[in-house]
Amino acid sequence: MKIALGPLQYYWPRVTTLEFYAAVADWPVDIVYLGETVCSRRHELRLPDWFEIAGMLAEAGKTPVLSTQVLLESGQELKTLYRITENAQFAVEANDMGAVHRMQGSPFVAGPFLNIYSKPTLDVMAAQGAVRWVMPLEMGRAGLAQLQADRPAGLQTEVFAYGRMPLAFSARCFTARNRNFPKDNCQYVCMEYPDGLLLETRESEAFLTINGIQTQSALTYTLIHELEDLSALGVDVIRLSPQSQGMDEVVRAFRAVLDGQQAAGQAHGQLVPLMPKGPCNGYWHGRPGLDMVQPRAASAA
Amino acid sequence: MPVSASTRPGVIHHHDDSRFELVCPAGSLPALRAAVDHGADCVYLGFRDATNARNFAGLNFDEAAIAEGIRYAHARQRKVLLALNTYPQPDAWQVWRQAVDRAAEAGVDALIVADPGLMAYASRHYPGLRLHLSVQGSATNYEAIQFYHEHFGVARAVLPRVLSVAQVQQVCENTPVEIEVFGFGSLCVMVEGRCALSSYATGESPNTHGVCSPARHVRWQQTPQGLDSRLNGVLIDRYEEGENAGYPTLCKGRFDVAGETYYALEEPTSLNTLELLPRLMAMGVRAIKIEGRQRSPAYVAQVTQVWRQAIDSARASQARYSVHPAWMAELNKVAEGQQHTLGAYHRPWK
Repeated sequence: MKIALGPLQYYWPRVTTLEFYAAVADWPVDIVYLGETVCSRRHELRLPDWFEIAGMLAEAGKTPVLSTQVLLESGQELKTLYRITENAQFAVEANDMGAVHRMQGSPFVAGPFLNIYSKPTLDVMAAQGAVRWVMPLEMGRAGLAQLQADRPAGLQTEVFAYGRMPLAFSARCFTARNRNFPKDNCQYVCMEYPDGLLLETRESEAFLTINGIQTQSALTYTLIHELEDLSALGVDVIRLSPQSQGMDEVVRAFRAVLDGQQAAGQAHGQLVPLMPKGPCNGYWHGRPGLDMVQPRAASAA
Repeated sequence: MPVSASTRPGVIHHHDDSRFELVCPAGSLPALRAAVDHGADCVYLGFRDATNARNFAGLNFDEAAIAEGIRYAHARQRKVLLALNTYPQPDAWQVWRQAVDRAAEAGVDALIVADPGLMAYASRHYPGLRLHLSVQGSATNYEAIQFYHEHFGVARAVLPRVLSVAQVQQVCENTPVEIEVFGFGSLCVMVEGRCALSSYATGESPNTHGVCSPARHVRWQQTPQGLDSRLNGVLIDRYEEGENAGYPTLCKGRFDVAGETYYALEEPTSLNTLELLPRLMAMGVRAIKIEGRQRSPAYVAQVTQVWRQAIDSARASQARYSVHPAWMAELNKVAEGQQHTLGAYHRPWK
């Protein structure tokens, strides 16, 4: 299985972002998704900057993929979309049916927000030119096994395997709302929260993470215990979603387990302290997403 | 009856407001009759299972009820739309496919669908059956709408409740597909079809089970701190004595963020766009949708009647149209949290 680094969900300062991707060039990842997928007001990096990073990573032997914004509303956002879908240099991840439409049959990756839950829909995407699809976050092992059993020939499968999960998108910016700023004058406060802004219940349970117009899980999804299973199911790529601290260790831990150099249980023990608020894996087991199902003792080494 | 002619681009008379439709919810036969009797042009309903996004106990229609509903509506020249707007789950494609067959056999006027696989099936097997893109299809821009139009002949798209008026106009101007928008009812603050908050807390979401914050996971508990509402154990809100307690829809609870306790995502309010009606008509919006298949026949009657009057008034003269205080008073009685908002249509809300 290959390792992909998912698109950066947060808004980091320009220098931080550039340094992050410079470091990625040396990490054991195969595919790197790039671009602003959450909010078009974020401007520390412009589209040409992302193209430049893509070029740098390609030279370093990685496969860059440009991800399109998930929620497309304004004319300006569509213009940015066209510049991505019409680029002749790099692969594209389509995160909205508008992006799928603009690919006009050219190869693309069908992103996790296209709501592909069944074989007939997978067939539609393959017919449109999808070369890989990313399983919806809500889907678990049972559903994936069904879809893998008769997926269209040549279509690869990717599974989100690590990170705070993007669960919802809105027109409203919840970070700006927290500061009582209107979205149109948000003062880019999301940059103050490199891993998002924690939302707790009134009894201090870490529940969600506010990230601009996006709402994420507070807990970090991890499938580090399931890599053998994913491989047996014929999954081609696992996606690790960037966080501000220790992402290189996350990548190396997954690589080590995939390569049989480290036991999953041991790697998990190293990863938990790196997670802002602890792990979850419920979706994989067909349970509420925030649940953490402990692995069987045998694999817990 | 399928209106196949209007699936072709170029034949839609965008600014002919005599064809402007009021689309009302029906969770039961009495609600359907209430909608028709009080002036709905179209009624939308769903089967009694996970194939629609209001899969609640005691709600929705079996074959006999649909047949009766269609008979009642068609006898009065109204349409019946069937919401088949969840995503077929990997192990149960047959259930969703058969729902298309059942709807076609029942003779509904259109299917409201979200899933491309289901659209492909419907357009292949029932080419005369009109397809509407559900709000659960998350189409917020005309490129997405064109995708569904070109591949499956989708004739109408229901827009998510996240666009501003200017953005709705931009969509109308750039697609031959009829546009339907939400006018009144419970407000989704998230893009419909792109929200998994409910399954994160409970394992069941609109996409997968046709439910949000499902009732079977709700617990009320009186404690010394107040009245707690919980969703699968997660504390959604806590009410002090004398506070109005609302249903614990998880995006409408009070949470702690950066040391402050407040409605971090959205207040319990209703969407109400009465004052925008003439503008929506002028820009070529073809239909207004009222939310609330889970609500009572009395709610449906009350809301339908107000909107019928408003639409007729705006049709008579868009320039002289104004929102009657009596309309607002009626709607306030049934609004969630007794509050109204223009939602995303009004930019400062964002």
